[in-house]
Amino acid sequence: MSRFSPANLRLAQEIIRRYPVAKSATIPLCHLAQEQDGYLADDSMAQIAELVGCSSAEVLGTASFYEMFKMHSVGKFCLGVCTNISCQLLGGEELLEHAEQTLGIRPGGTTADGLFTLEDVECIAACTEAPAVQVNYRYFHRLTPQDLDQLIEELRSGALDGVVPAHGTLGKVRQDLGEDRIANITPPEDQTEPVWLRRHRELAEAAAAADAGTPSAVGNDS
Amino acid sequence: MSEKPRKIEITDPVTITVDGREVTAQNGELLIDACERNDAYIPRFCYHPRMNPVGMCRMCLVEVDTGRGPALQPSCMIPVAAEMVVDTKNEQVSKAQDGILEFLLANHPLDCPVCDKGGECPLQDQTMAYGPGESRWVEEKRHYEKPIAISETVYLDRERCILCDRCTRFAKDVAGDPLIHFIDRGSNTEIATFPDEPFSSYFSGNTVQICPVGALTAKPYRFRARPWDLEEVESTCTGCSVGCRITVQSSRNQVLRFQGVDSDPVNWSWLCDKGRFGFEAINSEERLAEPLMLSSDGTLSPARWAEALNAAADAIRAADPTSVAVIGGAQLTNESQYAWAKFAKGIIGTDHVDAQLGDGLAAEVVLGLPGATIDQVCAPGSTVLYMGPDPKEELSVLYIRLKHAAQEDGVQIIELSPAASGLSPYASASLHYRPADLPKLVEALLAGELPDQGLPGIDAAEFTKASQALLAAEQNLHVVIGRANLAESADCVAVAASAVHQALPGATFLSGLRRANLRGALEAGLTPGMLPGRSSLAEHGQAWKELWGSVPSTAGMDTTQILQAAAASKIDVLILLGADPLADFADRSLARRGVAGARTVISLDRFLTASTRQADIVFPIAGFAECEGTHTNLEGRVTRLNQKVTPPGTARTDWMIAAELAALLGKDLGVERDAQELWDEFTAHSAVHAGVSSAALDHPDAADGLLLDLGPRPFVTPVAPHVAPQSSYSLRLIVNRTLYDQGTEIHHCDSSSGLAPAASVRLSPADATPLGAEDGTQVTVSSPQGSITAALVIDSGVPKGSAVLRHNLEGADPGLLIDSADVVCEIRVEVS
Repeated sequence: MSRFSPANLRLAQEIIRRYPVAKSATIPLCHLAQEQDGYLADDSMAQIAELVGCSSAEVLGTASFYEMFKMHSVGKFCLGVCTNISCQLLGGEELLEHAEQTLGIRPGGTTADGLFTLEDVECIAACTEAPAVQVNYRYFHRLTPQDLDQLIEELRSGALDGVVPAHGTLGKVRQDLGEDRIANITPPEDQTEPVWLRRHRELAEAAAAADAGTPSAVGNDS
Repeated sequence: MSEKPRKIEITDPVTITVDGREVTAQNGELLIDACERNDAYIPRFCYHPRMNPVGMCRMCLVEVDTGRGPALQPSCMIPVAAEMVVDTKNEQVSKAQDGILEFLLANHPLDCPVCDKGGECPLQDQTMAYGPGESRWVEEKRHYEKPIAISETVYLDRERCILCDRCTRFAKDVAGDPLIHFIDRGSNTEIATFPDEPFSSYFSGNTVQICPVGALTAKPYRFRARPWDLEEVESTCTGCSVGCRITVQSSRNQVLRFQGVDSDPVNWSWLCDKGRFGFEAINSEERLAEPLMLSSDGTLSPARWAEALNAAADAIRAADPTSVAVIGGAQLTNESQYAWAKFAKGIIGTDHVDAQLGDGLAAEVVLGLPGATIDQVCAPGSTVLYMGPDPKEELSVLYIRLKHAAQEDGVQIIELSPAASGLSPYASASLHYRPADLPKLVEALLAGELPDQGLPGIDAAEFTKASQALLAAEQNLHVVIGRANLAESADCVAVAASAVHQALPGATFLSGLRRANLRGALEAGLTPGMLPGRSSLAEHGQAWKELWGSVPSTAGMDTTQILQAAAASKIDVLILLGADPLADFADRSLARRGVAGARTVISLDRFLTASTRQADIVFPIAGFAECEGTHTNLEGRVTRLNQKVTPPGTARTDWMIAAELAALLGKDLGVERDAQELWDEFTAHSAVHAGVSSAALDHPDAADGLLLDLGPRPFVTPVAPHVAPQSSYSLRLIVNRTLYDQGTEIHHCDSSSGLAPAASVRLSPADATPLGAEDGTQVTVSSPQGSITAALVIDSGVPKGSAVLRHNLEGADPGLLIDSADVVCEIRVEVS
């Protein structure tokens, strides 16, 4: 059973409250589940469906559209070797083949120690730095097969733990918005003025007021 | 494509040019519809006239010029505007169509010879009509396991799927069961259910009908026929009282498929699965094919018709007319109902005739209140006071219409029900009253305030919302009435409906009683105290006496009273017209004593049911698709039922048996050749049937059927039932129905018979917690009548103080708890 831990369940409910429509929280909750388990388990999707009030099939449909949501257990490190045109011309395929031999797995496979999942990926937008590799979406540029071996060794030894977080981790610091900075918390039908317009107006008014020498009404986020 | 464009009324005409011709179209309607209506059919796959367009398949690209030069545009996504110039056939368009079809066929397998859709396949047909003729694709096509079952009845072949979004849109937008979805993306996109969560929608069969390729096929029809071998007639589904129009398709005298027909006032082409796959019961091996009589060894043995008819006639002749009773008749055609009303009331002379089995509403209520049609109930601007059964379970296609009305047309639904239903998510206010509190609740809603002490389970804020909406509705208030709880007296709903009628005389009423042709039976007089055409025995008896020769002198008994009389050995002949009181009458004890107490039981049925097995004489009858006639749906809409196959063995239509028995009694029922004579006699003598004569029904404009006169009749206010204060039995029982149960029809459908859920006792969390019970715990439910044991289901949709049991499921029979003399059934639940 992969369900949200009590702490993550509270967080999930907090995330849902950020949106005027609960269903909008589907993708953030998928991220949260993946951060907890390293992948998106069926149980998690069923629980997310319950939380946001839609069917499990809808959560699966949404999540499966995105490559970055893994539907099966993956290693601690997802190693993606680009074999698209620039990387291919500069040795991406050889690099992938080398990785297969070093790790002893085919693309899509996971090493027996549960550390590495190898992936053959399409363009990762680092053409100028070809051949490029991503480990849990952190870039490593212009790698030779020897560089790759060294990278794998460093990952395995834990030397890169500060650089590459475990798979599923979204960011080192969780983004958390204060109540006053949550956008669009008003249900759409009740909104009269877009939040950003109001904010601009308030800032302009505050600036005008400051010019006139009166204290500012806005300024807690400067 | 089989779908027809929706008929519209042009209120805001604009002129557009289609293929060089100037035509008139409705401003803002979709271009694809406007072109089709003006003889310029545009090929399409994803567009369906009853669903919102999505522009997925790109097959409907046409060249549109709105003043900025011609460009290819998907005509299903373009609203018509004045001076639009459209070309649906030029070289650019043909090239686009070629290209789209080539793309669609790139991955589509060439397995048409083994595909159920072959011969009626839009992809096949449109490839022939608009395609390039040859493919340049030499690569391997994508492969998937073929086919996979996505539900008990529907199979999915992903290789054939062209990703048009029809089935998924239907599931989400029309049925409200988004259990199938696109998963993955790009060339790996496929339709899928969530693992271990099948597409168990009551409406899944519609996706098979609207699939434009052979990706979705129905298990009951797979490999049974080729479309060119099928013959078809249009008819009306008699699975429930909604009266969906269908085509009955057969091959070699065997019904093989029902398909929904787009009847604008009723079903919009949709069907529920129970109706769609109900054809299987017609072909059942267990159909009765010859008369049966109780032989000396106590078993039912085959008999000859003459023998059985003589025995029945002898029993009727020997009995005093007032000791003959007739129960049932709601499954019959209008003609057979009239024949039996005439036979029972005019020839035998008994008024102990009731088509309902204590599970309906008094005929005075159904026929006396001003009527509403489904269209009126669902029209934009309408407010619906819903006091009927769970429509998703009992009147499934009405649920689709109500859901659409609430979601798309802004119709406000105020739901008053004993427990949450399939309609609750779409209701603007949903109040769940304690059984027997409905009259008080309605009175309070009409008064605009709750009584000082409140009403149990009624939330004050929701009450205010409901009351305000109700009182603001005025002329647009439509009330749906029915039996949401079989364990509660029918008087509760009748009193509530009457209160609304008195307070808001403009309100109109739709009776949500599920038995197929119950409305027809009541109109034909198969109910105590009434004669055909909503005539009352007391007031209009003379007119019918002139036609029939005689009518009963006093009003007779209803089913409950008949069974009580039978139990007291006062009924000599009990005739069951397709009725099975042992399974369907809510008070099981009374049903058993009643059927056992009648001296001679004569049953007319298609199958051996629990009650038929107790009969002395059984006549096999022709059922749906086996006889001609007409049908009246819950609105009072009369449509034609057509014969497609011959009945099994020597089975006869119900009216023939009435005519034969009448002849044996030395009387003439007035029918020589066919059922139409009965209908002609009926419509000629009933004022409310004046507009539905045979000739009128045959008019081409009457394809959707004709409405009876729905005007109000004199209405007698029923008296509010007295409820004794709660005793030591702490809960009140709610008995409602599920779409799939142990009913005779479902039981004989191979693909649906396994879908009935197991019996359960549903309690609110508030009542379950003190018991210390969990989901699945065996609990015992006791009433003064008896007790039953079933598994507990904790259901937050059940209000505190009530318990829900389902009617006619295997495992636990709530009928053992019910005493038909009580207004409500009070119970106690304990852990076994």
